[in-house]
Amino acid sequence: MSVIIYIIVMAGVTYLIRMIPFTLFRKKIRSTFFRSFLYYIPYAVLSAMTIPAIFYSTGNFATSIIGTIVAVALAYFNFPLIVVALAASAAAFIFGFFI
Amino acid sequence: MKNDFLKGIRDGIPICFGYLSVSFGFGILAVGLGLSILSAVGISLTNLTSAGQVAGVGIIAAGGSLLEMALTQLVINIRYSLMGISLSQKLDGSFNTMHRMIASFGITDEIFAVAVSQKSVSPFYMYGLTAISASGWVFGTFLGAAAGNILPPSLSGAMGIVLYGMFLAIIIPPAKKEKGVLVAVLIAVFLSTVFEFVLKSVSGGFAIIICSVISAAVCAAVFPVPEEKEAEE
Repeated sequence: MSVIIYIIVMAGVTYLIRMIPFTLFRKKIRSTFFRSFLYYIPYAVLSAMTIPAIFYSTGNFATSIIGTIVAVALAYFNFPLIVVALAASAAAFIFGFFI
Repeated sequence: MKNDFLKGIRDGIPICFGYLSVSFGFGILAVGLGLSILSAVGISLTNLTSAGQVAGVGIIAAGGSLLEMALTQLVINIRYSLMGISLSQKLDGSFNTMHRMIASFGITDEIFAVAVSQKSVSPFYMYGLTAISASGWVFGTFLGAAAGNILPPSLSGAMGIVLYGMFLAIIIPPAKKEKGVLVAVLIAVFLSTVFEFVLKSVSGGFAIIICSVISAAVCAAVFPVPEEKEAEE
């Protein structure tokens, strides 16, 4: 299948998700369950996407583990997103020279 | 109007730099999966989202169905609907339907976080914020996609962890504070590991959907979020 068709579907769905509620919605969601569901979804999605995929992310299991440990440690101490992201990569890169 | 636009640009500069380096990782990832530089840049220009794009290029590379693509984007990006509803409470009087339709394109985690912290939000403030942030996102993707081929494998490999590092930085601080988030994370991690090693026949996009819907539904039932907490998100 042509890549352009995938991109159109991807972009179309993503745009509609953003546009429809922002444009039409003028009051609050009442259902506690639905509100809570939407609240937890981002964390569930990101967790499922990150683990176990992060362990293969550098193409080398050992450097991926080191990068993950650094990311978890810095995230635990509330470092900014960009610091955590780049430090994980730097750790994986530097450790790569020692194996 | 012009002042609002410039203020949006100024407030968006940190987002721009953050996006520049994260999308660099996306560019490398996309090209590594066999996409062209133009496709990678086109995806970033039209989608402006990290997790959805990472899952999306995975589906393209695996030759997944369009239904899988649509459902995956729906589940991963459904949070933008909630953010849109939340942000709609802050819009000023000049925000008519046309402005809402245009500005909604810029709702990302980071842009939402900056915009919702304002007292009131005008269309041109959103445009400034989105323009500078999207520039970083698209330009970074181009650099990563173009450099992915010429960088040494040790460096381009190491950049592959950038996005996942950012995801961890989003998940971990709230998981530390809130039991519900922690349980949501643990259930999702457990299920995705099961899909990876046991239920291998389920494709990546559907696995993410199933893991996150089950996890979020369980937590919504067991740890309902009180009204006021949702307001500060």
